[in-house]
Amino acid sequence: MRADLKIIEQWIKPNSRVLDVGCGDGTLLHHLQENKQVSGYGLEISSSNITSCIEKGVNVLEQNVDKKGLSNFEDQRFDSVVMTQALQALRQPDVMLDEMLRLGKECIITFPNFAYWRTRSYLMRKGRMPISKALPYTWYNTPNIHLCTFKDFEALCYQKNIHILNRTVVDKEHQRRWFINMWPNMLGEIAIYRVTR
Amino acid sequence: MPETLPIDSVGLVTPQTLHFDEPLTLQCGKVLPQYDLTYETYGELNEDASNAILICHALSGHHHAAGYHSMNEKKPGWWDSCIGPGKPIDSARFFIVSLNNLGGCHGSTGPTSTNPLTNKPYGPDFPVMTVKDWVVSQVRLADKLGIQKWAAIIGGSLGGMQALQWSIDYPERLGHAAVIASTSKLTAQNIAFNEVARKAITSDPAFHEGRYYEHNTIPKKGLMLARMVGHITYLSDEAMGEKFGRDMRNKAFKFGYDVEFEVESYLNYQGERFSESFDANTYLLMTRALDYFDPAKEFNGHLEDALKKALCKFMVISFSTDWRFAPERSEMLVNDLVKADKHVCYTEIDTPHGHDAFLIPTPRYMAVFNAYMDRVAKEVC
Repeated sequence: MRADLKIIEQWIKPNSRVLDVGCGDGTLLHHLQENKQVSGYGLEISSSNITSCIEKGVNVLEQNVDKKGLSNFEDQRFDSVVMTQALQALRQPDVMLDEMLRLGKECIITFPNFAYWRTRSYLMRKGRMPISKALPYTWYNTPNIHLCTFKDFEALCYQKNIHILNRTVVDKEHQRRWFINMWPNMLGEIAIYRVTR
Repeated sequence: MPETLPIDSVGLVTPQTLHFDEPLTLQCGKVLPQYDLTYETYGELNEDASNAILICHALSGHHHAAGYHSMNEKKPGWWDSCIGPGKPIDSARFFIVSLNNLGGCHGSTGPTSTNPLTNKPYGPDFPVMTVKDWVVSQVRLADKLGIQKWAAIIGGSLGGMQALQWSIDYPERLGHAAVIASTSKLTAQNIAFNEVARKAITSDPAFHEGRYYEHNTIPKKGLMLARMVGHITYLSDEAMGEKFGRDMRNKAFKFGYDVEFEVESYLNYQGERFSESFDANTYLLMTRALDYFDPAKEFNGHLEDALKKALCKFMVISFSTDWRFAPERSEMLVNDLVKADKHVCYTEIDTPHGHDAFLIPTPRYMAVFNAYMDRVAKEVC
């Protein structure tokens, strides 16, 4: 399993109810069902991913949250709402954050850090929109329309009175490195946040 | 007519009929003192009778869902695209039961059957059936076949409603419910279309208040019209456009009112064929059963409360161009399933085929259906 999913797993309580927004091929939910007896649903739009989820026995619902939001779910319906690597691709990430916290007691969110030093240096040296393994698109075809930095995200949380319970900063292989924590906004590539209201 | 049977066909099949002597009290208050149910089976029931699948049919369906009755039959059963060896409802793994519902006109007791009290056909005296009544009759069929719990109950459209009703009324008797191109209740527009169809039939002079058998006639024109209206709602604008566009039978306009466009010809042909093979009273009954279906009604309109009793897992599938039971209808059902904390998978298949898409084996539909049924098989086989 992807290293970031392993980190997320530590923050999910056994027998809890989980909503995985953009659940991909269902790996995380499947793992949590098998090992932590969680119940829950995954939301997905890719047809091949939906089929993979069904094969795994994951409760997958086809739902385009960017278009339809999450209004079909009741308040505080889940213990954890998870969104991995999707926040930056949404039209209204701030509204989504509120919505996720309306449905769940806690949210676990991962996103790429636009202030990573290689990204900064790319922009500074070349004067062009950074392209990297984590951000492989050009400016005109990127789905990542709302990129932010760790500082930006934390500022939004502060403004919205959202408490950050945990933050793990990792490199692009989702590995924790001792030096990253010295200057996370410069040295971290991907952050995994656990937040609550 | 196949020269040889396709390898993914269930092959030659023979319908069977079971007689039931135990009276059936219906939702309308009337009692059917005795009745027959005609059904077909495909595949083998395993030792612990755990691999049984029930197929529920839609408005104009019947028990002949797959395979051929003879080598002379032009077309296989109505859901042959999904039932057979290697297909989603795999006859090599499952024991599949497909019946003709009560009130039908293909073998099970219905308006064309003889009323034992009068020795004449029931006609309009045949009681109005509901989805709930059908489910009770299907439970009795299951009992006779020695099936305590269905691995899955599967249906499209009106068939999906039966699967849903089963999950609520007999929760411990099914493992999975597949509700395809269906809804938990009709909209006003759905009912309106049904009413047009019924009015077409009942206003045909040959209808004779439903006693047309005694007059040695059938309300052919009315039934034909009903089917034509219905058929339009099964297709999408897109599918019709693709199939017929504005194609004409002749190059030049004739400036008259006979059939000019291909689509007219097609609808007339479909209506004509249907009117020769389907009973008008059954058509009335089936459309009424559709109108009445609303399992939330007993729960003050809260479907999630009705669904709380369900124990099975659900698969809900909708089709993008289905405007009869649009994807939004399925999504509302899914929302209530989620509220009721049920296991459910939902997907909307992108297809141009409208409501009829549930019968057409498009790749994505088959991929999802196969994946789900594979899970069901792994649980029971």
